[in-house]
Amino acid sequence: MEVDAASTFFEWVYYILLTYWPLFLRGAGVTLLISLTGTITGFGLGIIIGVIRTIPIEQNCNPIKYLFLKLVNFILLSYIEIFRGTPMMVQAMVIFYGAAMVYNIHLSPIYAGIFIVSINTGAYMAEIVRGGIISIDKGQFEAAHSIGMTHSQTMFSIVLPQAIRNILPALSNEFVINIKDTSVLSVISVSELFFISKSAAGVNYRFFEVFLITCIIYFILTFTVTRILRYFEVLLEGPSVYTIHGSQTVPQAEIRITNRERH
Amino acid sequence: MDKIIEVRHLKKLFGDNEVLTDINFAVNKGEVVCIIGASGSGKSTLLRCLNLLELATDGEILFHGKDIMKHNMSNAVYRAKMGMVFQQFNLFNNLTVLDNCIIGQVKVLKRSKEAARKKAMEYLEMVGMVQFIDAKPNQISGGQKQRTAIARALSMEPEALLFDEPTSALDPEMVGEVLIVMKELAKSGLTMVVVTHEMAFARDVANRVIFMDNGIIAEDDVPDVIFNNPNNERTRIFLKRILEDR
Repeated sequence: MEVDAASTFFEWVYYILLTYWPLFLRGAGVTLLISLTGTITGFGLGIIIGVIRTIPIEQNCNPIKYLFLKLVNFILLSYIEIFRGTPMMVQAMVIFYGAAMVYNIHLSPIYAGIFIVSINTGAYMAEIVRGGIISIDKGQFEAAHSIGMTHSQTMFSIVLPQAIRNILPALSNEFVINIKDTSVLSVISVSELFFISKSAAGVNYRFFEVFLITCIIYFILTFTVTRILRYFEVLLEGPSVYTIHGSQTVPQAEIRITNRERH
Repeated sequence: MDKIIEVRHLKKLFGDNEVLTDINFAVNKGEVVCIIGASGSGKSTLLRCLNLLELATDGEILFHGKDIMKHNMSNAVYRAKMGMVFQQFNLFNNLTVLDNCIIGQVKVLKRSKEAARKKAMEYLEMVGMVQFIDAKPNQISGGQKQRTAIARALSMEPEALLFDEPTSALDPEMVGEVLIVMKELAKSGLTMVVVTHEMAFARDVANRVIFMDNGIIAEDDVPDVIFNNPNNERTRIFLKRILEDR
């Protein structure tokens, strides 16, 4: 197909799509790969840190344990503050070029990207998870303690499942932000969607047409992801019906009861 | 008599606020002790100290003669033997009625899942909740929640069961169903310490009634004396006020 500067807007869009669709697809794939891996790793990191930071520190416990917990907390808090407090784009530069210069480690841009998105998300998720944990009613802890469960048993069987359900909307937020923010990784030449678009736009000197397409692709990505996570939220909420076993007259009866309300 | 719990010179401060001043009492095996008194008199705090949910500032809590605050046994082991029923039920919201009664047995007592299930069903049957084993806590009524909470505590087969105002958060028409279960338990010989505002329950079911006032035990006697012929002036005033409200 022939295009020149005089061609119409639609001709250009058509031409760019036709020529660059494998590249767009690849870029979208890289974007999705980095944001998905980064969000999941960051979520895991956030859970670990959130759980550690909510371990109750009692004044009267053994002094070594006390000091150790205080130290760990200090380190974790520093991590959170530093990674929340600096732009991801700058972190990408520092880590990517720093690793090469100081340690002579030459990361491939994609791995570096995944690493940066992960620890960045981890810093945010750590606080989100901590918020989720402390928002669970103290009575849940007390009830578990009252039947002899330890703090960690209580945390993993009772509190964390409830906290995670409550923070899923925030996780979906983080995921969407990550899909969009991987675009800053173009500064370390990660060939994600934004990087690809910039190249395509530069070659043809067609910025509006290319970035309109890019825009639509980003939206399709984020919208699909939010729908999928919403589905998980509903799934985690558990069945809205339960069965009553036996009635007063018929012991074998099974009566399905639908939930009164959903939160 | 076999003393299960003995409390000696128990003292509890919240900051500078002295909530419990000098508490001394004992609970014998099979006894039902009701603790009554005005709001803020320290009843709930005393009960929470007994289960180590609050750490007493000073004094001793002896469990079969051993001081539990001196780490003779781990908190978890002790607590498993001292069940607790809460005013706000505190059922585990992420678990079904049945799983609420199983989890402690499996995690703490290390029972097998089948054995735990069997035991749980036994006690759920007793409190009349067998029909609802698949329901989640937000799908059942307050009275049903409290009966489940009682079954959860019983599933651990504790030596004594502490009740912290078990009917105070319930709608009036649901108080009865919980009290019936508690009366059955008292009859079965379970050792119970009950903080309550249900004077009729205290009068009819308790072996002993403790009246607390301002962080001390003002009177500790059989219900007949407390309700009909109290020795302490403040017990008289409290009961007069409470019973007039009815």
